[in-house]
Parts: sequence; C-alpha cells; structure tokens
Amino acid sequence: MNTSGLNGLMQNAAALGEKSRACLNDFKAWVQLDSTNLSDGQQLAVKYFTVAVILFFAQILFGLLAATQFIYPSFLYEILDFNVNRMIHINAMIVWMLYGFIGCVYWFLEDESGTEIVGLKLGNIAFWVLTVAVTVVVLVYLLVQIGPGKDSSLWFINEGREYIEAPRWADIGIVVVMLIFFYNVVATFSKGKWSGIAGVLTLDLVALAGLYVAGMFYMTNITHEQYWWWWVIHLWVEATWEVLVGVIMAWSLMKLLGVRRKIIQTWLYIEVALMFGSGILGLGHHYFWIGTPEYWLTIGGFFSALEPIPLVAMVVHAVYDSGTHAFKNGNHPALAWIIAQAFGNFFGAGVWGFMHTLPQINLYTHGTQWSASHGHLAFFGAYATINIAFFYLAIQHWRGDVWMGGGSQNAWRWKWALGLLNGGVLGMTIALLIAGYEQSFIERAVEGSTWGGYFTAQNHPSFQSAMVWRLFFGGMTFAGFILLVWDLLTIGKGETRKAPEVVET
Amino acid sequence: MDETPLWASESFWKKTAIWVTAGSFLVLVVLTFDSLSKTSAGSKRVPAYAVINKKIDYQYDKELHKSMPVIGENEFLFGKEYSEEEALQLVDLGKKTTQAKNCMNCHTLLGNGAYYAPDLTKAWLDKGWISKDIREDMMVKFLMDPEKNARTFGSNRKMPNLKITEQEAKGIIAFLKWMSSIDTNGFPYNFKTIEAEE
Ligand code: HEM
Ligand code: HEM
Ligand SMILES: [Fe+2]
Repeated sequence: MNTSGLNGLMQNAAALGEKSRACLNDFKAWVQLDSTNLSDGQQLAVKYFTVAVILFFAQILFGLLAATQFIYPSFLYEILDFNVNRMIHINAMIVWMLYGFIGCVYWFLEDESGTEIVGLKLGNIAFWVLTVAVTVVVLVYLLVQIGPGKDSSLWFINEGREYIEAPRWADIGIVVVMLIFFYNVVATFSKGKWSGIAGVLTLDLVALAGLYVAGMFYMTNITHEQYWWWWVIHLWVEATWEVLVGVIMAWSLMKLLGVRRKIIQTWLYIEVALMFGSGILGLGHHYFWIGTPEYWLTIGGFFSALEPIPLVAMVVHAVYDSGTHAFKNGNHPALAWIIAQAFGNFFGAGVWGFMHTLPQINLYTHGTQWSASHGHLAFFGAYATINIAFFYLAIQHWRGDVWMGGGSQNAWRWKWALGLLNGGVLGMTIALLIAGYEQSFIERAVEGSTWGGYFTAQNHPSFQSAMVWRLFFGGMTFAGFILLVWDLLTIGKGETRKAPEVVET
Repeated sequence: MDETPLWASESFWKKTAIWVTAGSFLVLVVLTFDSLSKTSAGSKRVPAYAVINKKIDYQYDKELHKSMPVIGENEFLFGKEYSEEEALQLVDLGKKTTQAKNCMNCHTLLGNGAYYAPDLTKAWLDKGWISKDIREDMMVKFLMDPEKNARTFGSNRKMPNLKITEQEAKGIIAFLKWMSSIDTNGFPYNFKTIEAEE
C-alpha cells in the first residue's frame, strides 16, 4: 500500500473515532447519569451491568433467529445455521447472567465489608480482559463457526458442548478472571468485616468456579463426558447459582425494605441447607439415560423431587418480608421484579422442573420441547428477573437515590416492560409445553423416537402452530426488552424527590 | 420468653447448612467413583470401542420391562476388523468431529442437546437407513453432503453442509455405532431398529 493510501486510511479511522466519541458524549449528556454518586466498586459494577444488558440483547436477537428457522428452515440456511444461532442464544445467556452476578457482588462488596475493595485496579483490568475475550469468542462463533475434527478446533473455535461452548483458551481466561474476582471478594472481607452473607457468598463462589473446571476436559467416552458436563450445568443452576441469588436477594431485601440482618441470615442458612440438601443429589435426574447405573433412577428421582421445597421457602421469605413492611419502599420496579423472581423461580424451576423430573415421566419428555419449556421459564424466572431487579436498584443510586416509588413519572414504562417480558416468556413457555406434550406422545411413546417418528411429531399441526405462537411471544419478549432498556436509561430523570432512608425494622 | 427457640436460631441453621452440604457432597463423590468405574469403556454398561466390529441391536426385554442393547456376531464396519486401539482412534475422531461441528446445537445425543433435529442415541440402528446393505454407504454420503442427500420427511428442514471429510464421516459413524451399544436404561422407549421384523 502506498503512503498516501495509508494516510487516508488513518485519517478515516481518526474521523470515525472522533465521531463515535462525539456520539458517546451526546449519549452521556442525554442520560444525565452522575457517576460521582457511585463508589469505586459500584463504578466497576455498572460496567459489568452494561455488558450484561448488551449480551441480553444478543440472547434475544439470536433466539428470534433460531425460532424463525423452526418455521422457515431455509432462513439463513448455511449462512447462520440453527446451531450457530442457538449456541449464541444460550451462551450469551450464561455469560450475561454471570456478568450480572459479578456486578451485583462488586456493587455491595464495600457496603457489606465496610471497607474499600482490595485490588480494585486488578478487578478493572480483569473486566476488560474478560470483555475482549467474550467479543473475540462471539466473533469466532459468527465468522468461523466450525472446524475440522481436531483438538485445535476445540481450543480455538468451540468445544461443541451445550451452554459451555467457549473454546478452551477462553475457558482458561475465564478461570483467571474468576480468580481475580475471588481475590477481590476474599481480600476485601478479610480487610473489613465478615458476615453471614459474606461467608455464604465466599464458599459459594469457590464451588461455582471449581465446578466450571469440571467441564473443561475432552473425553472420548460420551457417558463420562456428559457425567461431568452435568456437574457444571446442574450444580450451577440448581445449587450454586440458586444460593448466589439467595445472597443477592438477602442483601437487596435488607437495603430495599430494611429487613433485620438476623432474620435475613437465618433464612439464608435455611435456604442453603434445603437447596444443597436436595440439589446436590438431585443431579441424578440427569443420569437416568446417559449410560450411568440404575440406582440414579431412585436417587435422582427422589432428591430432585425435593428441590421445589427451598423455592417455596424463598417465595415465603420474599412475600412475607414485603408484606410485613407493607410493600412500602422507594423503588417499586425493583420490588416488583423481586416478587417476579420469587414466583418465576418457584414456577419455572420448582413446578415445571418437578413435572418432568420423575424417571417414569422423563423417559418420554427427555430431550423434547418439554425441556425447552422448562428451560425458558426457569432461567428467566430465576435469574433474568433478579438481575433486572438489581439493575433498578443500581440505577436508582446512580441517579442520586431519587424516589422511584408510587406516583413517579412515566411509571407506565416499567410496568409495561414488566408485563411484556413476563407475558412474553410465559407465552413461549406455554407454546413449548404444548409442543413438548405432543412430542412426548407421538415421537417418544407411539413412534419410539426414530428419525421418522421425530419428523412425524415435528410436522403435526399442533407442533407447527406452537412454533408460530412461540415466535409471536418471542416478539413480545423483545418489545418488553426494548422498553426495559429505555426505562432503565430514563427512569428518575428529572425526579427531585429523594427516596427515604431505609432503616432496619 | 427471650430464649430463641432452636428452629429460629441462626447458629443452629448455620451448622445444619454446613453438615447437610458436606454430607450430600460426600455421598456424591462416592457415587461418582462408583458410576465412573461402572461406565468406563469396556464395562458392562459401556462396551469397549471394538464393539464396532459386532452386530448391534436394541430389543425389548420382557423380564426387565425395557429395551436393552444386544451385541451379536461379527459385523465389521467398512469391511474391516479394528483392534481396540484402532477402534478407539476412529471413535475418538468421530466424537471430536461431533464437537468441532457443533452437532449438539441441533441434535440430541443420549437425549441431551438441541431439539431441531432427531436424537442420535440410536441413529446407527435407525430404519431411516433403509437396509443394512446400503447403510454405511448412505451414512457416509449423507454426512459429507447432507444438502444433496437430504431426507427431510416432509419437513423441509435440511442439515447444512459441515465440510465433513470422508475420514471424519467414518469416524462419526463408528462413534454412532459405539454409542448405540450403550445401556441407557431403556431410553428411547419403544424404538424399532433396522433389524426388527415388520
Ligand atoms: C433455576 C433453576 C433451574 C434452571 C435454570 C433449570 C434449567 C434447565 C434447563 C435449561 C434444562 C435443559 C437442559 C438441556 O439443555 O438439556 C433443564 C433440564 C431439566 N431440569 Fe431444570 N432447571 C432448574 C431447576 C430445576 C428443578 C428444581 C428441577 C426439578 C424439580 C428441574 C428438573 C429438570 C429436569 C428433570 C431436566 C431434564 C430434562 C430432560 O430430561 O430433557 N430443574 N433444566
Ligand atoms: C425472544 C425471545 C426468545 C426466543 C425466540 C427464544 C428461542 C429459543 C430457541 C429457538 C431455542 C432452541 C430450542 C431448541 O433446541 O429447539 C431456545 C433455547 C433456549 N432458550 Fe430461548 N428464546 C428466547 C428467549 C429466552 C430467554 C429470555 C431465556 C432465558 C432467560 C431463554 C433461555 C433458553 C434456554 C435455557 C434454551 C435451551 C433450552 C434447552 O436446551 O432445553 N430464551 N430459545
Ligand atoms: Fe437439573
């Protein structure tokens, strides 16, 4: 390339950089968020939240593409195939939720420990490293997609294992970043003060990060491979994530309603006992049909059937605490999403999970849209909701603790976002449930799960119309998401009333 | 009454939480050792890779009330007898290819994965391959060019071309044949194989 061409290119790049900076400044002027309201840890937290929301958008977008392909199979065929869209859909989900959780912890770390965060600079670097890595991983998913059947593909493209598809190099990066995060948490509590919440959080993070390592290895023996794969997936969502949410919820209820610490922590221990007591051995409900011994039918069936109990306890906890405080608080959207979490978790994980967890039923529902129905309501109900609730807590503080209770301006926005998102996901869940029942009967029971039987079920009118309804409600979810983002960016703008100080009662 | 009753005591529940968690985890670790040893390749439930040299079927066992894999006489794959070592290599290539091509985000394997395409647990035994004489050949051709050799059963849903080489296709077929011999406690139920009489 000659020098004048290069110069021109550099000028263009500089102009582009200038322009995007101007855009960003305009945006900042428009949102009017004052970062001096945030502590150092909270400034890092909102970075995590921002990326979480962007990945949430990616999740929904690629979910819509995949759902469209069920109806028009030639849509984006051999450009962005179903497996690529679906991989990004569920991988973006896992990553945005983890970003959200990490953000929550950075948010309350100083408050809970009573001191400033130790090693915050390193924590900031870790955020950028992780974010660059995630970007590269997604670009490779989109542009390279697949590789030859060699180790190098698993190292650099994708590991081809549902939910934890990230290639090996990224796995190692994620572990390093988690270690830094963990160091921030432990060192800060050690410098400041420990509490019941701090103790549960720390031990839970050890388990959460340790489990990830169980999913990093390649094995020829598919029975062994799936055995360990479920350690990550199940022991995350039905044990360690559930407890992490318990911790975040405990802190939020204390701040939002002023519930007494002693009550909160006692509840937290009860929840841990019930959740780990049922969830750890409940892992067995994934060991019915992968080649593992028959005793798992009994153990998995029994313990997983107990898993709804802690979820009932969590509903009682949240509703009782809100009730005794007469729902009086200065942040209605956050409280509404917390209540949505309690019920979403109970129905999505507890009820929908229970319905197909006994082996006698799971023999027919296993690997059908039934699982997808449960997966949507559970992940949304348990984990998307709590993150959204926390986004509202964070934005309130960022605005300078303004009033977000009754009689706020433009309250229709958060109410409609709440309604559309919950209604959309519930609608998709019901559509998938109908499809799942139809598949269980026709494909599994009558046709014996053959290739032909599979398509007999897929071509059935009730299945086909369920796919249309799913897309329709997916659109509704998308609309809710857009409204949610708009609301988060604008809520409390121009509000002059302050939220009342919350005191322990 | 200012005594806190036991059921409302923070320290009681703290101890309970620790003991319940530790106890459950310990039981899981013990069961894990047992399960892994009972499912290593070459065990009763998960046959050695050289099982690809044998005829495999899946039949309903009236006494057990479930279908069980049935391993029969020699029935070589691609007309060749593999040693255990060679079989391992071929199955390994196949398994790795299924991961590198991201099969699991359309299909289910042992019932886990995505629901856009048929379950592969017993794909080797599927009647969709019409007859045993042409099965191997059909599978290789299908995997290498699924678009041209598509069988959509009236759904219009076609597997994309994943640039699978002939060697990789053979590996995948060996992997599928081996997987169909795993004892999966009767999942899938009521599956009629390519061997079954009409
Ligand atoms: C918030 C907690 C939970 C989340 C996020 C969740 C999510 C999921 C997801 C995504 C799957 C599908 C996995 C796949 O792709 O193969 C799944 C499977 C399953 N879940 Fe849950 N789950 C939760 C709690 C529960 C509970 C409490 C139960 C039981 C009471 C349960 C029972 C099951 C069963 C039996 C399956 C296997 C489905 C099959 O055989 O295909 N889940 N879960
Ligand atoms: C616009 C909204 C959405 C659409 C159109 C959509 C669509 C889809 C599609 C097509 C699949 C693949 C299912 C299959 O393999 O057959 C899927 C899987 C999945 N989606 Fe969504 N999705 C949406 C939103 C969400 C949300 C909000 C969540 C959770 C927060 C979620 C969680 C999941 C999970 C966990 C799976 C894997 C389920 C399993 O393997 O059993 N999705 N989604
Ligand atoms: Fe589970």
